[in-house]
Amino acid sequence: MQIFGHRLSLTAWIGLAIVVINLLAALLAPVMAPYGQAELVGDVWAPPSGQFWLGLDNLGRDMFSRLLYGARTTISIALVITICSFAIGIITGFAAAILGGWIDTALSRFVDAMMAIPTLIFGLIILSVLGTSIPVLIGTIAILDSTRVFRLSRAVGLNITVLDYVEVARLRGEGLWWVMRREVLPNALPPLITEFGLRFCFAFLFIAALSFLGLGIQPPLADWGGMVRDNAQAINFGEIAPLIPAAAIGQLTIGVNLVVDWLLSIHSRAHGEGA
Amino acid sequence: MIARRLALGVVTLWVVSLMIFAGTEILPGDVATAILGQSRTPEAVAAIRESLGLNRPAYVRYVEWLTSFVEGDIGKSLANQRDIAPEIRERLGNTLFLAAVAAAVAVPLAIILGLIAAIWQNSLLERLLNLFTLATISLPEFFIGYILIIAFAVKLAWFPSLAMLSSGMSFWQDLYAVTLPAATLVLVVLAHMMRQTRAAVYSVLSSPFIEMAFLKGIPKWRIVLQHALPNALAPIVNVVALNLAYLIVGVVVVEVVFVYPGMGQLMVDSVSKRDVPVVQTCGLIFALAYVGLNLIADILGILSNPRLRHPR
Repeated sequence: MQIFGHRLSLTAWIGLAIVVINLLAALLAPVMAPYGQAELVGDVWAPPSGQFWLGLDNLGRDMFSRLLYGARTTISIALVITICSFAIGIITGFAAAILGGWIDTALSRFVDAMMAIPTLIFGLIILSVLGTSIPVLIGTIAILDSTRVFRLSRAVGLNITVLDYVEVARLRGEGLWWVMRREVLPNALPPLITEFGLRFCFAFLFIAALSFLGLGIQPPLADWGGMVRDNAQAINFGEIAPLIPAAAIGQLTIGVNLVVDWLLSIHSRAHGEGA
Repeated sequence: MIARRLALGVVTLWVVSLMIFAGTEILPGDVATAILGQSRTPEAVAAIRESLGLNRPAYVRYVEWLTSFVEGDIGKSLANQRDIAPEIRERLGNTLFLAAVAAAVAVPLAIILGLIAAIWQNSLLERLLNLFTLATISLPEFFIGYILIIAFAVKLAWFPSLAMLSSGMSFWQDLYAVTLPAATLVLVVLAHMMRQTRAAVYSVLSSPFIEMAFLKGIPKWRIVLQHALPNALAPIVNVVALNLAYLIVGVVVVEVVFVYPGMGQLMVDSVSKRDVPVVQTCGLIFALAYVGLNLIADILGILSNPRLRHPR
């Protein structure tokens, strides 16, 4: 099988398989899950058995079902965050690249200042004022993360805006929006797609970390970071309950990273830099 | 060059303080409504705003906040009306201790492993190291932490699973208590540091003067230690300082995993209590450390590279 006219390497296959399985689990959670995400079905921290494949959690809910619902919550929120942050980052980044002048300087300095504070710390400060609700989480992480997208799309956009066809479009009298969408964006896609994978991983780990700290997605919604937190106490009895959702977080990041590595390698090969 | 970078650093610090202040003041839900929570009435909000002095213009309060922070008086917690300063001081000490232990192990280890990976390119050892670093980069901090707890605290019972510090403990007892959290932090920053060290050494190793040294017949260990390492030192020092800045983010999560009485734990607790002054202070201290380490990274980079030391 080929994608973008390139053969998939073994690691890319593994990564793609992991991503597809996770997406299927997220989409089909209500169909596949044997129990509800808030349904109490047995003893606290019952070990894995034929009936409960991964055992039960701190309240006696089915771990496997919650893992599936958790995929749904965590992945969908991380995706929405990434899409928002790309929308903000690409529009402002391209605008800075095309318009230049004081708009570019002002936006760039503002982003520099934002990036001088660690994202987690900045996020915590904002959450302490606005409280934790899903729209606040999405907005906060998307805006904090869009600074990275801004940097990249501005750099890529700067290389494209000096090309003749952009000049032609401008002389023709096309507006900023048209130039961005029809001239710059299609040519900036390859690096932006790889960045999308990396930013998704970042947003995903960020939301998982916040939920783990108890400041992210709130119960009774199942999500992987929160599940680690809920079951953390079990670790002292030698139970592996918190490791299951933590491993789920790890496998998805590894899967996405493998695909991104492969995309990077075909991208650099296309430019003759060697894989 | 250095003076200019220092000036830029001071400006950055100022902008950071401005942004942290703005982040908590300009956003719609302000401190007064945060204190009262759901049961607020407009009159009660107005009364609290009055007593906290929130009615004065923002720039006056900003100047006041910043000057009192510099003087070491950081105000009162909203949750229990006590002074924040003593608690912050104690917790800052604990966090610095944990971070210092982690850094003391991670930095030499990362450089040695990076050198090994750069020298024995494509060997089995290098591949194993690659696999290991990919895994630690992808896994969340708390996963690594819990694995270590399961293995060393529960199964082997070598170390305590909760990192408790009390005032009567000796240095060695403290060190023993923070072993697992420090090990977690080491694993978190080690991978990045090692990969970048390897890349730095590798790029020097592929330059012509190294090939020349090989052709002269100098033994490999001497080439690496005497020819490659001094030239790779600038990027390595830079990498080390930058990754120590990552420690700051890692420390927040790791402290929660091990219930360690540090600043990160305090900040997280205060966020859930919506205790804005404490969050502001912790955030400012973390941000200062982050900006400071970045500044040090740049200055060391300039110092170790003669071409940057003199203005062109």
